[in-house]
Amino acid sequence: MNTVKLVAVFAENRPGQAARITEILFRANVNIRCITVVSSGSFGVMKLLVNDPDLACRSLQKEGFAATLMDVLAVEMADQPGALHAVAHCLAAHQINLCITYGFVVNQRAILVIEAEDPVRVGEVLSKEGLRVLTQKEALSV
Amino acid sequence: METLERPALEALQLQRLQDTVRRVERVPFYRKKFLATGLKAEDIQCADDLRRLPFTTAADLRENYPDGLLAVSRDEVLRLHTSSGTTGKPKALFFSRRDLDNAAELLARAFCMTGVTRSDVFQNMMSYGLFTGGLMMHYGAEKIGCLVIPSGPGTSERQLMLMQDFRTTVVHITPSYCFYFADFLEKKGINPRKDLALRKAFVGAEPYTEETCRKIEAALGVDVYNSYGLTEMNGPGVAFECEHKSGLHLWEDNFVLEVIHPITGEPVKDGETGELVLTSINREAMPLLRYRTRDLTSIIPGTCPCGRTHRRIHRITGRSDDMLIVRGVNIFPQQIERVLMALPQIGRNYVIQLDGLDDLTVTVELSPSAFDGEVGHLAQLQNQIAEKLRAELWVRPKVDLVAAGSLPVAEGKARRVIDKRSI
Repeated sequence: MNTVKLVAVFAENRPGQAARITEILFRANVNIRCITVVSSGSFGVMKLLVNDPDLACRSLQKEGFAATLMDVLAVEMADQPGALHAVAHCLAAHQINLCITYGFVVNQRAILVIEAEDPVRVGEVLSKEGLRVLTQKEALSV
Repeated sequence: METLERPALEALQLQRLQDTVRRVERVPFYRKKFLATGLKAEDIQCADDLRRLPFTTAADLRENYPDGLLAVSRDEVLRLHTSSGTTGKPKALFFSRRDLDNAAELLARAFCMTGVTRSDVFQNMMSYGLFTGGLMMHYGAEKIGCLVIPSGPGTSERQLMLMQDFRTTVVHITPSYCFYFADFLEKKGINPRKDLALRKAFVGAEPYTEETCRKIEAALGVDVYNSYGLTEMNGPGVAFECEHKSGLHLWEDNFVLEVIHPITGEPVKDGETGELVLTSINREAMPLLRYRTRDLTSIIPGTCPCGRTHRRIHRITGRSDDMLIVRGVNIFPQQIERVLMALPQIGRNYVIQLDGLDDLTVTVELSPSAFDGEVGHLAQLQNQIAEKLRAELWVRPKVDLVAAGSLPVAEGKARRVIDKRSI
């Protein structure tokens, strides 16, 4: 099953953290393709799809950040009304919960990123529906 | 007894002190100490001879846990109360039937002194269970003959209902809960002066300022009386304010009072602040000689207009150790440290912060290796830490997770506690 590596970074939920993190990535010449931030109370987690996840992770860890790699699914859908609904409907039919998910459209290609406990199973279900589950390389060259 | 002339009071004290010293000679811990200095009970012939007795500390109670300081057989003890210690075990205090009756008597004295009668309705809003604030005060009130409502703390809705339906006139409560409750009443549109029958509040279990006292009186429309006590000396009722509210009368027929310099151990002059040291002279199950309370206070010189001859101490101004009191519960930073150090997911540095009335926040650093990217897991970790702390402290703190290396590194015994409370 194709999975994509995201870089997850733990940071305090206060001004300046995103600036510090992005500065480190800038200096390492890392290119960010997708970003989400979830915060809860005193802390937040930033998740990044970058062109070189290992380099990004190492650079952040060197500067003292708690950074780790996560395996997620990147699914391509048609960029039109109803496409996301079809995905949601399919997952519902298989009792799969969309816990954390986000999407973006680039070059008229719609990519849905899904974090799942069992990415392999979710990937198989969506593949059977005819959706393309992207490899790391494919996700980065959208 | 309360207005007994000083010479007679001091003679009674000496006699009771001698009895107590004879009694504790049987306790291996004290016997060893006496042997080391060649001291015998007969050597205590005058008040000054008190200084020849050894101090007893919280560490001594810890080392002799569970019952190494008992002066009677286990069959004779009726009740156990405990008080937080710095290590995993609490301090254990045992009480015989006579001890319990006497403790109740001292509290009944306080109730009487502050004008409480059997027509009053007393709501005990302090924790029952192992805390002395519950049961001890309860039995003191029963001795006076009040209707006693053992409500315990919390659940303001229920507290209010009880006050309205049973016309509570006197409460026993912590200073911080006073404010919460006053806030609660205001939000409900209840005017305590018009809608409730409250007249008096015995406020204790935590030190608080004169200013806080006046604020509580204004907010709840009650007469506030400061109550001082500690589990090692029966619990509440060691010292209490009279109607003049200019210091707390400490019952010298039951306790020998000393105020010493915390480092040198020498007595300070009357009026000077020092550490309160108490010797229980009317307890049979587990008497304690020259117990170092770690509470800082001063003896108020002169006599009180009320005519009572038992001297007064000033309200407690602080501690000579690092113990904190939150929501009436004793907490040692060491307890928090012990819980945190046992968790691999967090680092060695932490900060304890106290804000508002009694908000306790413990900030810890997340170990990078414990981070798996999932926000949900981090929230779970926070909860888990808060729960473990609650199990140890009896108080549930808020837990903040921050990045490794972002907290100040503690050098030696550097301050890890930031106390910004306004009480």
